Amino acid sequence: MIPFILFFLLAFVAVGAAVALIVAREPIHSALSLILVMISLAVLYLLLGAEFISAVQIIVYAGAIMVLFVFVIMLLNAGVEERTDFSKLAKWVGPILAFFMIVELGVWLSRSAIGRVVATGSPESYTPASTVGLSRMIFQQYLLPFEATSILILIAIIGALVLAKKGE
Amino acid sequence: MHILLDQLWIIIALPLVGSAINGLLGRKFPKPVVNTVAIGALALSFLCALEAVREFLAAGQATVFHTYFTWIHAGIFQVDFRLQMDQLTVVMLLVVTFVSLLVHIYSTGYMAHEEGYYRFFSYLNLFVFFMLILVLAANVVLLFVGWEGVGLCSYLLVGFWFLKPSAISAGKKAFITTRIGDFGFTVGILLLFWTFKSVDYVEIFKKASTMPVEAWGLGGTLTVICLLLFTGAVGKSAQLPLYVWLPDAMEGPTPVSALIHAATMVTAGVYMVARMNPLFSRAPLALFVVALIGALTAFFAATIGLLQTDIKKVLAYSTVSQLGYMFLACGVGAYASGIFHLMTHAFFKGLLFLAAGSVIHAMGGDQEMPHMGGLRTKIPITFWTMLIATLAIAGIPGFAGFFSKDAILEAAKDGPNANFWLWLLGVVAAGMTSFYMFRLIFLTFFGKPRYDEHKVHVHESPYNMTGPLIVLAILSTIGGWFAAPHLVGGPDYFTNFLHPVFAAYAPETGTAVSEAAGEAASPAILLFHALTGWPVIVGLLGLALAWWFYIKSPDTPKKLAQSLSGPYTLIHNKYYVDEIYGFLIIQPLLWISTNVLWHFVDEGVIDGTVNGTARVARETGSHVREIQSGNARSYATWVVIGGAGVTVLMLGLWGMVR
Amino acid sequence: MNFSVIPISYYLVLSAVLFGLGLLAFVFKRNIITIFMAIELMLNAVNLAFVAFARAHNQLDGLVFVFFVIVVAACEAAVGLAIVISVYVNRQTLNIERINLLKF
Repeated sequence: MIPFILFFLLAFVAVGAAVALIVAREPIHSALSLILVMISLAVLYLLLGAEFISAVQIIVYAGAIMVLFVFVIMLLNAGVEERTDFSKLAKWVGPILAFFMIVELGVWLSRSAIGRVVATGSPESYTPASTVGLSRMIFQQYLLPFEATSILILIAIIGALVLAKKGE
Repeated sequence: MHILLDQLWIIIALPLVGSAINGLLGRKFPKPVVNTVAIGALALSFLCALEAVREFLAAGQATVFHTYFTWIHAGIFQVDFRLQMDQLTVVMLLVVTFVSLLVHIYSTGYMAHEEGYYRFFSYLNLFVFFMLILVLAANVVLLFVGWEGVGLCSYLLVGFWFLKPSAISAGKKAFITTRIGDFGFTVGILLLFWTFKSVDYVEIFKKASTMPVEAWGLGGTLTVICLLLFTGAVGKSAQLPLYVWLPDAMEGPTPVSALIHAATMVTAGVYMVARMNPLFSRAPLALFVVALIGALTAFFAATIGLLQTDIKKVLAYSTVSQLGYMFLACGVGAYASGIFHLMTHAFFKGLLFLAAGSVIHAMGGDQEMPHMGGLRTKIPITFWTMLIATLAIAGIPGFAGFFSKDAILEAAKDGPNANFWLWLLGVVAAGMTSFYMFRLIFLTFFGKPRYDEHKVHVHESPYNMTGPLIVLAILSTIGGWFAAPHLVGGPDYFTNFLHPVFAAYAPETGTAVSEAAGEAASPAILLFHALTGWPVIVGLLGLALAWWFYIKSPDTPKKLAQSLSGPYTLIHNKYYVDEIYGFLIIQPLLWISTNVLWHFVDEGVIDGTVNGTARVARETGSHVREIQSGNARSYATWVVIGGAGVTVLMLGLWGMVR
Repeated sequence: MNFSVIPISYYLVLSAVLFGLGLLAFVFKRNIITIFMAIELMLNAVNLAFVAFARAHNQLDGLVFVFFVIVVAACEAAVGLAIVISVYVNRQTLNIERINLLKF
């Protein structure tokens, strides 16, 4: 009972915030909505037993990336955008197709076999994912991608520096 | 010792070498060197031919074959460079080489002041090379090689003065008109190969001799083959309806007219029919067609020759007419007489052309007879030789033409395939021949000069031109004496010499070969019959009429022309044949070529397709590129569209897989 | 509390809905930064799906992937926002429709 209530609450908050992102006129409102989405997702991760990921989501995603976004918005003084609609395609076809995709994916995913899986095992076997196990995987099986991402971070830093400097 | 008989190819190769040397290097040579090369090559060729003939005769006149190399070998189709020597070849070989030699010598004088002197001799030698191939060939394809080659040389030589538009068109006309005939000839060769699985004479004749004589009416394969081959002869030897190129070919230098369009190339058709006699003898319909066309052409061309004013055109139509006689002879089965006339014709027609060239040379280039007159005192050698030739062609007894023409008309009247109407056409044509030839003599050499004596300095030609004239005049006189004993009941040496060629594969019913020698009457009566036969009568009649018209009462032609103005205009304009051809054939062809093939097919369809494809690509591109508008939102939308599409696809497939 | 009673499909549907909303925002909004945020929303939706599947199969591989996604998203955001700043400095506008030089 309670899990369901919790789940639907969080789901509605997430969806609501996402809608608010679309509807908002000021970018800062969109940013804040996005932060709300992320937080609710983090709680959902807890529901799914991924503690580490939940923490990382809050710390990195909501705490660093979104802050970066907010900073930029502030820096550029981004306000309400003028209303231009140069592309008829984007105005009409885009939303329709996006809506279509929502419906389609939703319907399909709900009907698919995987969706009907309820977590196996007894309540006792519902163990949260272990951080130790996760880190073991990262540094053993997925070592190469890990190193690659570290290089990626390096490149991103350099890139950001270069781009920011170009103005001069 | 059969040296030359074994190496027949030398006879052919010599003129080729001469042509090549003169053609490639001749520009740098001074005239004497060009002369030496050209005449030397030909003289050597003639001497070799003589030697080969001597060896042939010494070896008992057995037909000799030599294969020198295999040219084409494709499955069962095999064409070798195979030469042969038999009696017919002997005659043709000697005529070709000797007359060519004389014409070459003559040309050194006639063409002395011409540009492109070396080119002329190169072409002339090349022509002899091809003609020799034609004559010595032992299979049909090699004959065709020579056939085409002489056509090419004719084109080159008729258009020798290539800066003159009329000469160029005449060359084209000659080549294209003979091409039409050659098409039939080629189809004939194909059918020949299909029927006999070989193109070699001996093989074909052997197989043909087992075939029966075909019935009249629409005969079988042999008839079709012979008719097709004959169309080639119609083109090459200028018979109806493809004769139109020969008068135009007079645009070429006179030695060319003499050699190619009188003595040798145009006789190739006659040679071919004679050579193919085993086939023709078994296809009576084809043979009749040959005779009919020959007789009609003889008559028709003679009527046109009556009213021509250009001296060379008269001779041209005369040539067409005489070729008709040769085909008439072959058509009634008297192949030997046809060849006999071919030989005598080479002599007197060659002489007539060369002498005409001498007259033209004397008149400073003018070829119109109305501008001439009274030349006999000024250019006596030319006059006397030309007179002898005219006597020969008119069939005056004693001269060469008499014997050959008489033999032909005899065969047409009394021979195995005799036909009264054909004989009648031949006799009337003979009369007309005599008339127009003497007309030519009288207009040119007699009467008062109709030219301005101060402007034109008439002078006799140099020795290198008059020499050949004299030699040919002698031959025109004695050339027919081979057959003389026959008149008094003795053997006809010429026909007897050629007998093996025409009897070897003759069908049993005996439609070919020489006339039966069953006359038991005395020599004197025979001679009397010969001398009072119709050919002689009309010959003398023609002479008398010409004398009346042009010497005794010169106003008669004009009065006659006015009173018979309809027929006169028709004949004077050559029956408007060229105009009719132009209207019926050439104009439609030009119209189709321009409007259909050019505008519609080439411009519309082909260019349209190619340009159209490009245009479609360009226009599609210019529309499609507008997708890249620079607007990122529309790019994003396209991404979504793509994503949605792929999702549907994947889900659908997944559904199918499941 | 027994959270395992919630069928995985619920999470997946939520993920799909969030993804679609992100897509909608992506084509609909005009401000570059908002469009970026829509991209981040889509990434998050996908992360949710990964975590849900990890739970469904009782494996940790999905979580590893989520980890990497977050890292990459961070780098991408950094560089992307740097670009946005450059664009703003050059064109004085954040309207994506005004930045349309990449055309034919």
